[in-house]
Amino acid sequence: MAAASASRSSRGSGLNLALFYVFLIVFVLVSVAPLLWVFKMSIITKSELFASPPTILPRTPTAASYATIFGDPAFQKALINSTIIAGTTTIICLFFGSIAAYAIARLRFRFKSIVMTLILAISFFPPVAIIAPLFIQFRTFGIIDTYLAAIVPDVVFALPLTIWILVSFFKELPRDLEEAAKVDGATTIQAFRKVIVPLAAPGVFTTAILTFIFAWNEFLFANTFLFDADTQPVTVAIPNFATVYTVDYGAQAAAAVMVTMPLVILVLIFQRRIVSGLTAGAVKG
Amino acid sequence: MTTTPTRKKRGTLRAEFGSPERRTAYYMILPALLIILIVAFYPIGYSIYLSFFKATIGNTGNFVGLQNYADMLTNSNFRTGLSNTIIFTVVSVFFEFVIGLAIALAINRAFRGRGLVRAAILVPWAFPTVISAVMWRLMFQDQIGIIQYVASALGVVSEPILADPTLLLLGAILVDVWKTTPFMALLLLAGLQTIPGDVYEAARVDGASVVQRFFRITLPLLKPAILVALLFRTLDAFRIYDLFWVMSSRELESLSTFVYKAVRVSQLNFSVGNAAAVFIFVTAFLIAMFFIKVLGMQTSTEE
Repeated sequence: MAAASASRSSRGSGLNLALFYVFLIVFVLVSVAPLLWVFKMSIITKSELFASPPTILPRTPTAASYATIFGDPAFQKALINSTIIAGTTTIICLFFGSIAAYAIARLRFRFKSIVMTLILAISFFPPVAIIAPLFIQFRTFGIIDTYLAAIVPDVVFALPLTIWILVSFFKELPRDLEEAAKVDGATTIQAFRKVIVPLAAPGVFTTAILTFIFAWNEFLFANTFLFDADTQPVTVAIPNFATVYTVDYGAQAAAAVMVTMPLVILVLIFQRRIVSGLTAGAVKG
Repeated sequence: MTTTPTRKKRGTLRAEFGSPERRTAYYMILPALLIILIVAFYPIGYSIYLSFFKATIGNTGNFVGLQNYADMLTNSNFRTGLSNTIIFTVVSVFFEFVIGLAIALAINRAFRGRGLVRAAILVPWAFPTVISAVMWRLMFQDQIGIIQYVASALGVVSEPILADPTLLLLGAILVDVWKTTPFMALLLLAGLQTIPGDVYEAARVDGASVVQRFFRITLPLLKPAILVALLFRTLDAFRIYDLFWVMSSRELESLSTFVYKAVRVSQLNFSVGNAAAVFIFVTAFLIAMFFIKVLGMQTSTEE
């Protein structure tokens, strides 16, 4: 259904085509330039950083800024913390999300629209509205400054995304195989585990990437519930770097580059899947 | 999707929970639903309840009726946050939509280099907002910032951008437009690709001009995708926190930074901050309702 419009505007004069490519190049440059510029800032010397007028291309590349941040145990710890928080969130979301998404996509039950509305409501929900009560409760449970304090709210706000995308993936799978499995005496749960899960693996993987990026990028909850540097993820640690390395702008740039690297690599490798996952829920409305 | 057969009211629930398939469905949904109810809906209820008390972080305090909301409305920081948030939301979503639609229309065709364009769309989107704030702050910075350098050289600004509240707000809008316009384009492009090409062909045969085709075919058929994209972006911009917090070193006020400061940083204004949190929730809810009821956005995936 998506490819129909592709051929429509392929004819066009040479001038039009040239303008089109100029437009594309400008667009790509504007999108990517800030990252390239900050990367440049991260590999030049301090004196070159402060040069006026600024140099366009790095004159004297150096890894000094990267040595600074990797020599800082706080930075390494923050990277590990981010990985733990985002990884755990992703696993929990995929587990509960795929079960719920299967029921929504395949099974018939009365309160489906209410359930869907409740889940959708979370994506409209301003997270800042619940930080006060959550803070009070987390304090009662004694989980402030533990990974759990970030993982629990992250799961809640990532779940709708996970469920939404998985529902659209599950709906695309052929029904025949599960029906056959059920005819052979499999229960609903068995049909889900043995037939759907393996078939849906690519979709589940895409969802995992999107959930991971969502959790990796989360800032508000981490910044509210994690005040101890031992558990802070990079999103909280890096802005604080600005206070530690007040004038070491190169270190700040290097830290920003290091944190976005894993994401940029994920995005470049899996771009096709990510686009299909992102637009899956939105197009169907 | 087939709809549930209608039954007599009596026995409906028993039939609903009696059927093994349906029972399984509820078991499968329950965990996700419980997590959402306990960690999001219960706290917001508690927040609303607390907003009528002179609460502190440690105890509930005395019932004060709407006093917290009155204090909130007269609080000058809240007012600054409110106006900054409204300006930020309206201006950034407007530009994101217009530029995003232009990009979507332009790349809705087969061409060489699609992969590159897709990557350019996704890279800003995948950035953590706080990291893009750190990066742009480095570029706005008055000693080493390239933007500050160019703007001063051209004579556009005479003072440090990061020290001026108005320029700072403009800068935040610029960063947001940079970061989310591609995403907007992506959503709109997906919507465009569901419009069959023969509709345009037929219109062209009937002699419709490009402008007519845009307003009579593209916009109406794209409306569902536009509404979804606009609603998500509006609500996202309305709760802006991380970008303001990091780019301005905590000085640029938004509604969310107001709540955060009151609830988490100083805690002196806890009850007023909590009232503002409820205010944000209610406003976001009203915005969503406006899109769904007034503009007719579809919320269900069932056809």
